[in-house]
Amino acid sequence: MMNRESNSYTFIFAIGMVVIVAFLLAFASTSLKDRQGENVEKEKMQNILKTIGVDVERDAAKEKYGDYIKEELSLNADGSVDENSEAFEIDLNRELKLPVEEQHFPIYIAEVEGEKFYIVPLRGAGLWNAIWGYVSLKEDLNTIEGVNFDHAGETPGLGAEITTSWFQAQFEGKKIFDENDELVGVTVAKGSGTKGDNAVDAISGATITGDGVTAMIKERLSHYLPYFKKERTQ
Amino acid sequence: MSKKAKKSPIILFVSEEKEPLFSKQNRKLITDPLNDDNPITVQVLGICSALAITVQLKPALVMSLAVMAVLAFSNVIVSMIRNFIPSRIRIIVQLVIVAALVILVDQVLKAYAYDVSKQLSVFVGLIITNCIVMGRLEAFALGNGPWKSFLDGIGNAAGYGFILILVAFFRELLGSGKLFGYEVLGHKGVTLAESTGLYALGYENNGFMLFPPMALIVVGIIIWVQRSKNRELIEKE
Repeated sequence: MMNRESNSYTFIFAIGMVVIVAFLLAFASTSLKDRQGENVEKEKMQNILKTIGVDVERDAAKEKYGDYIKEELSLNADGSVDENSEAFEIDLNRELKLPVEEQHFPIYIAEVEGEKFYIVPLRGAGLWNAIWGYVSLKEDLNTIEGVNFDHAGETPGLGAEITTSWFQAQFEGKKIFDENDELVGVTVAKGSGTKGDNAVDAISGATITGDGVTAMIKERLSHYLPYFKKERTQ
Repeated sequence: MSKKAKKSPIILFVSEEKEPLFSKQNRKLITDPLNDDNPITVQVLGICSALAITVQLKPALVMSLAVMAVLAFSNVIVSMIRNFIPSRIRIIVQLVIVAALVILVDQVLKAYAYDVSKQLSVFVGLIITNCIVMGRLEAFALGNGPWKSFLDGIGNAAGYGFILILVAFFRELLGSGKLFGYEVLGHKGVTLAESTGLYALGYENNGFMLFPPMALIVVGIIIWVQRSKNRELIEKE
């Protein structure tokens, strides 16, 4: 055997080790990829369904999703439907980096017991990292049926509380337009739990995350206005 | 040259001393870290993850198993190649091995236990920095055979996991009135009339238990109890 402490042995050992480890990890990653992707996909379906009040186990998500979601549309900035793009495959994280005119805006149309719902995916910034979620609107395209939020790195007990049901339940029945038919979204603000149709009560200690939620809802929905206008006049 | 050629072959899988697999000495490798040499309460290693993931029993259990897998296998691998590792880069070699195992565990969890992997989030990745792992590699695996190292890894991870689960038991029970997600103390309704079990008598969950500082206090109490039972652990002046 070569001298264990020589430079060349050290180099050879290091290179050999790294190559072996790289092959091993690459193999593991490719062989598990499909399963992981499926989990992410099912979770997305689960989250979309939750906003229209359909609670399903993850394993049943795929089946139920097909039952309730009637249409998946990918919209252009002017509200027209882009037939060449898959709404479900759109990665909002990537879209948000593009200029608004080039972005695609996914929207899901669901039907539950004869009632029609429009589900809009959201994505924005919290305090530490990205926040995202879904908001479902009733047929009037104004009243919120339900919301669902998640986050990448908000503080547990503070910002991370946006994932709790008590916070999300506040949004039910709120309106995204004000009396003058102006899009205002839903504002997350202190002591506003009972203050009208366009505000919900904030989480104490999570002002910036709350502001992020407010901004995210308004910013995302504003791009759907042309489409909403079209749908309403129909 | 001739001196080198005479060197006896390196034995990979058999420990030099012939002794039964579960000799008294080997059993001690597993039992010692559970009490006398516990990584958390005696060596005070791996505290950070003990605070972070002990709010509920399930993530604590999965974290313990993940640490056990990583610690046992990295111990065995390092011990198997201990005679080939250039000593100048041995820490880097250990790190690469640990990191590779942690990534494997993370990938497997993402594929087969997605919810748990979401709950554990960054803490799986942080097993790499868990002082217990590097500590055992340096202190034990580099100087002992694979079988002993395997036992040492299992023992230390069990000692770590035992404390984790103990802390999680108290935090989940007192903090949310559940064990493994089951409402063992009865159901807490919105009003007293809707509640059952202990909650019907006006019992309230202690929300404070859900915060990390309480994990530290629970660990402190465990150390206190352990030391009053096991006097040998008390430092002499």
